[in-house]
Amino acid sequence: MNAAAIYAVEGVLLVSITSDITDTDIIDLQEALSKRIADTECRGVVVDISALEIVDTFVGRVLAQLTSVARLLDAETYVVGMRPAVAMTLVELGMYLPENHTALTLSHALDKMRQSGLIDGLRRG
Amino acid sequence: MPDKILETTLEVLKEDAEGILADWIEQADEDGAKRIDLFSEKEERDQAASLLRSFRLGVRDASKDGEFDLQDEHWADLRGILSEITHERVERGVLPGEMAALILALKTPLFERLTEKLESDPERLIEEVLLLSKAIDAFAIYSNEVFIAEREQVIERQRDEMMELSTPVVELWDKVLTLPLIGTLDSLRAQEVMESLLQAIVERQAEVVIVDITGVKTVDTQVAQHLLRTAAAVRLMGARCIISGISPKIAQTMVELGVDVGEVRTRSSLRSALMDALTSVGVAIRPINDDKRNAK
Amino acid sequence: MVFDEADRIATIELEQDRDVVRARSRVADAMKECGSSELMQTRFVTAVSEVVRNALTHAGGGTLAIYAMPNKRQVGIECRDCGKGIEDIDAAMADGFTTRRGSMGRGLGGAKRLSKTFAIDSSPGKGTTVRMIGACSLR
Repeated sequence: MNAAAIYAVEGVLLVSITSDITDTDIIDLQEALSKRIADTECRGVVVDISALEIVDTFVGRVLAQLTSVARLLDAETYVVGMRPAVAMTLVELGMYLPENHTALTLSHALDKMRQSGLIDGLRRG
Repeated sequence: MPDKILETTLEVLKEDAEGILADWIEQADEDGAKRIDLFSEKEERDQAASLLRSFRLGVRDASKDGEFDLQDEHWADLRGILSEITHERVERGVLPGEMAALILALKTPLFERLTEKLESDPERLIEEVLLLSKAIDAFAIYSNEVFIAEREQVIERQRDEMMELSTPVVELWDKVLTLPLIGTLDSLRAQEVMESLLQAIVERQAEVVIVDITGVKTVDTQVAQHLLRTAAAVRLMGARCIISGISPKIAQTMVELGVDVGEVRTRSSLRSALMDALTSVGVAIRPINDDKRNAK
Repeated sequence: MVFDEADRIATIELEQDRDVVRARSRVADAMKECGSSELMQTRFVTAVSEVVRNALTHAGGGTLAIYAMPNKRQVGIECRDCGKGIEDIDAAMADGFTTRRGSMGRGLGGAKRLSKTFAIDSSPGKGTTVRMIGACSLR
């Protein structure tokens, strides 16, 4: 899968999504990610959407589902890098993504996860 | 029937351009269309002279078919000069009525001269006066349209300037921004406010933003919805939003309207919002001790 | 809303989900060409994405035509499918309406909110046509 990739970084799983991701790709991604969470027993997931020019209701819904699945596997999900225009459009669509944590960038998300004890710096995924 | 239907008018315009110009300006003055407070005698005269010149050219080329459509190519010259002059007049604050009165004042000197010239041919006189009247009316209507278009541009520009002035996103501390809202918050403005706020979050890498509504006149359901949407968008970007300046009255209205602020943090004063924001980025405000103060 | 006066600049057959991505990027290009702000482009491309996906998932496919409007600051689209059509359009437009489980059903209503002009034409058995115009600036 080229449209999305999962990396293990500092004890969390980093998911990066590119703008030409198709609906099928994103559903595959959701499956692959839950497997990786279970395999690595990591407690934090960061989904970087800074490359996404749009987030429509379908992608928004998948993000919410992915977060709920991760939570059942004891991992918290941060969505990072959302563009201002995307945030405004999502709000207009009434999609506030209440399940997701959010952060400006990957490093902000890592800080927040360190503060909340999701990663302790010793664990490497 | 002569082949140019406004032949006499053209003759008059050619023979006595100076006289017509002088009479026109005088007439405009009488009609209250002259603004000596805004234009000097010379400026007024130069403007009128160039208008009259291109009006003559337009009449010469366009009078063959008796239709006066200022959009025709015959009038390109007049249109050019008109927009130039109108632009200047709008800038200086001339009223639309005054602009039209100036153009209409041209009728008097021209009609007087036509009456003299065509004394012996009343039928032809009536014909020319009617046509000329039509031409000048078209001229006045067109100038009015140009004038209004100019004014709209000015209004739009001022609106944009006001907009920038009224949505200043200020950096209070590293990672802390504030947006003091003033006046009314309609949908369009709410969108623009949200856009500049979110842009600033990215640029300054802000973690907390305080939207202060102390200066917002009324908070109804719609305004409250805009505020909550702004807070939601800020959260989606990964920053926290605090809404401050909620007066007891506004708090009561919001409860009566059934506005659910959900997880959005609200504070009554900007002061307490600031304390809250600073704490969350790990900064505290403390009084300095007396020794240090005296040392200064 | 008709596009008689408009220039058709692209036609995309919608057969698989890769085509939704193509449709989005072609509309984004058209918006860029007419000088759209990033926000207005994002809004309209999102609206198009909703409509196009609807055609694909509910009708198995369709055709998207993209138009440059005579007013140079707007882009129009027409998305036509030959599916089973929509029985109650008003209900379909309401937020929360969905024919699938797990979908939140904000698609069509959302597309309407995100576009400048929105028209839907559908009857059972005759397929659905959605026409939308997106503007390049808020004013």
